[in-house]
Amino acid sequence: MGLINPATASESGETTVVSEMSPNWVTTRLDFLTNWARSNSLWPMPFGTACCAIEYMATAASRFDIARFGMERQSFSPRQADVFICAGRVPFKLAPVLRRIWDQMPQPKWCISMGACASSGGIFDNYSMVQGIDTIVPVDIYVPGCPPRPEGLMYGILLLQKKIRGESIVDEQLRQEQLVGPDGLFRPAARVDELSEPFGNSVHQTRSSS
Amino acid sequence: MSTAPVSPSAAALRASFGDAIERVLVSCGDTIVYVSRARAHDALAWLRDTPGQDFNYLTDITAVDYRDPERPLEVVYQLRSLARRADLRVKIALDKRQPLEVATVYDLWKGADWLEREVYDMFGIRFAGHPDLRRLLMWETYAEGYPLRKDFPLRGHFSRSEQTRQALAANPEAHYSLEELSIAEAFAELPKDMQERLARGERGFIR
Repeated sequence: MGLINPATASESGETTVVSEMSPNWVTTRLDFLTNWARSNSLWPMPFGTACCAIEYMATAASRFDIARFGMERQSFSPRQADVFICAGRVPFKLAPVLRRIWDQMPQPKWCISMGACASSGGIFDNYSMVQGIDTIVPVDIYVPGCPPRPEGLMYGILLLQKKIRGESIVDEQLRQEQLVGPDGLFRPAARVDELSEPFGNSVHQTRSSS
Repeated sequence: MSTAPVSPSAAALRASFGDAIERVLVSCGDTIVYVSRARAHDALAWLRDTPGQDFNYLTDITAVDYRDPERPLEVVYQLRSLARRADLRVKIALDKRQPLEVATVYDLWKGADWLEREVYDMFGIRFAGHPDLRRLLMWETYAEGYPLRKDFPLRGHFSRSEQTRQALAANPEAHYSLEELSIAEAFAELPKDMQERLARGERGFIR
């Protein structure tokens, strides 16, 4: 049963049977199929604000080539994008712009926070900087590094693909938009404060300079 | 340490302005001249226009707030004469108990426009006579104060959630209005097609 090599088959004079199991149909789970398609055709929306964007460009260029993971098309329009990649620090002045771009992206969408500054504010624990973009948009993958090497970002992308393969299309909560609420924040204020707490070396800096 | 010569401009300023020149010192080879606030604009105009001085290029305007709260705030003008290849630093000491205001030098060097706005944004020093004194780096509704003052806390006055809330409430398009770009005044001089496009309100409304 199965395939018979036509070359040898003609020599032996047997009837050529390509396959008894015709590959015209396949059984699978819908979740698997959907996630397989989604995870292998991610279109990134690069939001590069600083040095991480340079590493992002290196990742996208020929040597590392994220097209191998289905990210062939860099989408510079949020309306045709799946993955929001924030590469670099985000000042408060840019926060509404970032939020607007995230809101413009259609579901399903994911977010990668690339580098220390996007993930936590990094060394910029000061008056002007968002202390991690998870205070303004939901984040799926955090890539550490200052900036992360292309391998680091690719590892993050592979992790995101793994995460997507574990999703279920019947889970309604998964694809729910998390909009900015009537209090002007998308998370509870206490959670934003908690996420923005200084850590590491920053705790030694005084809140007031006087 | 080498003893750099004092710029001859300092002595010339002394001769012309007398007591208005409060102090002259040399630091790291650069001559620094302290001018009284009242005569600063005259002195800067004199430095620009007097033959032999010709400080026709304003490199930078900035300010310094020292950690010692008793020490005055300083406005710093870094001048250069492109023809003579000479530099001069002019400072105005501002008593913090007085209103923080100096005369604009926008009428002398057009490049002072954004430099003065930045100093106003970061230190709260007002420039009397400036045509458009608004915040430059921080957004216009920023309410926490002047970040580069020494009494300004590193992480700002408000809590992080309040800062985030105010930031998200901002209209991201407001920063790119025509008014912001100062094209509105030049509307009549724009090409015809551009006028039509802008008047339609593609990038904001001007008239």
